[in-house]
Amino acid sequence: MPVFEYAPAPESRAVVDIAPSYGLFIDGEFGEAGDGKVFKTLSPSSEEVLSEVAQAGAEDVDRAVKAARKAFTAWSALPGSERAKYLFRIARIIQERSRELAVLESLDNGKPIRESRDTDLPLVAAHFFYYAGWADKLAYAVRGRSPLNGTSGTDPKPLGVAGQIIPWNFPLLMLAWKIAPALATGNTVVLKPAETTPLSALFFADICRQAGLPKGVVNIITGDGSTGAELVAHPGIDKVAFTGSTEVGKAIARTVAGTKKKVTLELGGKAANIVFDDAPLDQAVEGIIGGIFFNQGHVCCAGSRLLVQESVQEELLDALKRRMGTLRLGDPLDKNTDIGAINSAEQLARIRALADAGEAEGAERWAPACELPTSGYWFAPTLFTGVTQAHRIAREEIFGPVLSVLTFRTPEEAVAKANNTPYGLSAGIWTEKGSRILWMANKLRAGIVWSNTFNKFDPASPFGGYKESGYGREGGRHGLEAYLDV
Amino acid sequence: MSERLSVLKTYKLFVGGKFPRSESGRVYEVTTAKGQWLANAPLASRKDARDAVVAARKAFGGWSGATAYNRGQILYRVAEMLEGRRDQFVAEVAEGEGLSKAKASAQVDAAIDRWVWYAGWSDKTAQIAGSANPVAGPYFNLSSPEPTGVVTLLAPQDSSFLGLVSVIAPAIVTGNTAVVVASEKSPLPALSLAEVLATSDLPGGVVNILSGRTAEIAAPLAAHQDVNAIDLAGADPELAVELEKASADNLKRVLRPQPVDWAADPGTGRLLAFLETKTVWHPMGV
Repeated sequence: MPVFEYAPAPESRAVVDIAPSYGLFIDGEFGEAGDGKVFKTLSPSSEEVLSEVAQAGAEDVDRAVKAARKAFTAWSALPGSERAKYLFRIARIIQERSRELAVLESLDNGKPIRESRDTDLPLVAAHFFYYAGWADKLAYAVRGRSPLNGTSGTDPKPLGVAGQIIPWNFPLLMLAWKIAPALATGNTVVLKPAETTPLSALFFADICRQAGLPKGVVNIITGDGSTGAELVAHPGIDKVAFTGSTEVGKAIARTVAGTKKKVTLELGGKAANIVFDDAPLDQAVEGIIGGIFFNQGHVCCAGSRLLVQESVQEELLDALKRRMGTLRLGDPLDKNTDIGAINSAEQLARIRALADAGEAEGAERWAPACELPTSGYWFAPTLFTGVTQAHRIAREEIFGPVLSVLTFRTPEEAVAKANNTPYGLSAGIWTEKGSRILWMANKLRAGIVWSNTFNKFDPASPFGGYKESGYGREGGRHGLEAYLDV
Repeated sequence: MSERLSVLKTYKLFVGGKFPRSESGRVYEVTTAKGQWLANAPLASRKDARDAVVAARKAFGGWSGATAYNRGQILYRVAEMLEGRRDQFVAEVAEGEGLSKAKASAQVDAAIDRWVWYAGWSDKTAQIAGSANPVAGPYFNLSSPEPTGVVTLLAPQDSSFLGLVSVIAPAIVTGNTAVVVASEKSPLPALSLAEVLATSDLPGGVVNILSGRTAEIAAPLAAHQDVNAIDLAGADPELAVELEKASADNLKRVLRPQPVDWAADPGTGRLLAFLETKTVWHPMGV
């Protein structure tokens, strides 16, 4: 029993004004879907309907692509320094409206306000600032260019219209990752937010309007997977950028086969978070907690497989369980909340099924005493011990607050187990020994290696995976290449 | 006095540093551009393709873990050995592609020069493709390129030596290991290249060379779950689409076929196509 209880500290939702319905944002105007279809978006923490949005069909996708194509000519012809100014404007407006957007994001997604306010929104603005600065420096961005005649050659050209599909775990952040580099390089975009979290993208449409962005440069179409499939298959797009499941990523790779469309895919992961016996254990515990329980575990690079050296297993697990006991689950708008709601009923069912499989296959399940709210979608932070590499909970991406613990004895064994996955997005290493960090970082087949830290993101830092975690990188100079004809 | 009867060569596959005949026991006739019989080349099977992937995977750890300097040295050594066999390659290219001796010589010279050019890239890709990233926080953050893994290379059909070298060298100099499907019509320069590779310090399995029907060998390679990337240079448009679709099953990195002037400066496209970027974070502080 803690000495002091936390009093409720809810963030006010009065700061955000959600309309009862939203249309599609095409060519600078909001309008209904061609066939008038709509669907509801609700708050996963209360199941309250927040708004109704349009379900874009094939005809709407076509209209959006045509609007983007029409806008491309003028947008790509703008001097980079002018495009940069639009992006700087957008970045500033995001900063100005960040409280509103953070509350909106927590309402629509279920994530704690602490995370949307302190992680998502600052990074969203930072991405626009970072890529704004690239818009007039593209000639310096591309690797291995020919220094003929002592010049750096001509500027690389944009691809054209980018079709972008983003997931529900970081609705606004993923939008920023996709739209900022696309616009900086002179492309125009048609973006489809996830079915369960469309609102912040529609608010972003208003930010484009406030920034005076030319019509058709950014188009937002809402809808489900069928809308996304229409967009990917549309002959009028030159580039597909997708973040989401590996399964859908594979379908996209098949769809674009034989076309000239460029593709980047940011897909699933099953990251190993590796803790050695000489690791700073308190820091490691914080890193493990952040690695798997950040954003309810709805993170493709989440550290969902804890590999702990056998000699410190007991000590680490005791500390980890103690720390898990202090996590506060509940109202996403409460500033003291650590773990918010699971994004949808469907996702909750998937997490439950995999956790049940973990028990059925013989792993031991543990969760701190934790009261779950009666309405909404919730899953307590959960730990599995006695997990083997063959267990489904060690192989499949759960995308929820579920940590599987495995052990190892030698660094070689840790590498072999960490790499024993079709994924290769991220990994974590915890040890005080510098040479071991570098050795491990070299051996791990993953696009991001966090040593003595975890789940850090920055617009200047390339992000993306090996193997079935997808192709291409987002962020940094590397992120520009995906939108340039090089 | 009768003319001396020449000794014909039995051309073989190159897998894991060894020269097996095809597991299938099959061969096919290789002819000059005018249709004259030159040799019987092995007609590799699906099993040969799978064996080649196993060999390439086995070699990957050592080759990707070798220092860039060491890989550069070995590639340069290959160029030295190529120079010594120049006349043989000129003859094979001239006969196979129906070129004059002068034109074939130019192709072989360009191929050797290209190999040297790529050898020099071994310790430079990380410097042009990597970066130190100034993140907004107290972290040391560095991105560096790493090889993708096992790469399938469908060598171009029209340029049996220069084209071949132009797809192999960039893939391996960066630390990948390769399964190469030689030009279907003119496989002999590829099979002779294997003899050069085998005698030039290149670890067995880094390059594996198969000859036969491109479509037949490529299909299992594109579907193979332990192949990480595929260069479709030698696939016709229809086959390329089929292979790209099959490659989606494990999200192989695909380099689509495109018109290439093999004689022109290749740039860094092929070099960087088979690289992944790894970003390492570490806190900074005392």
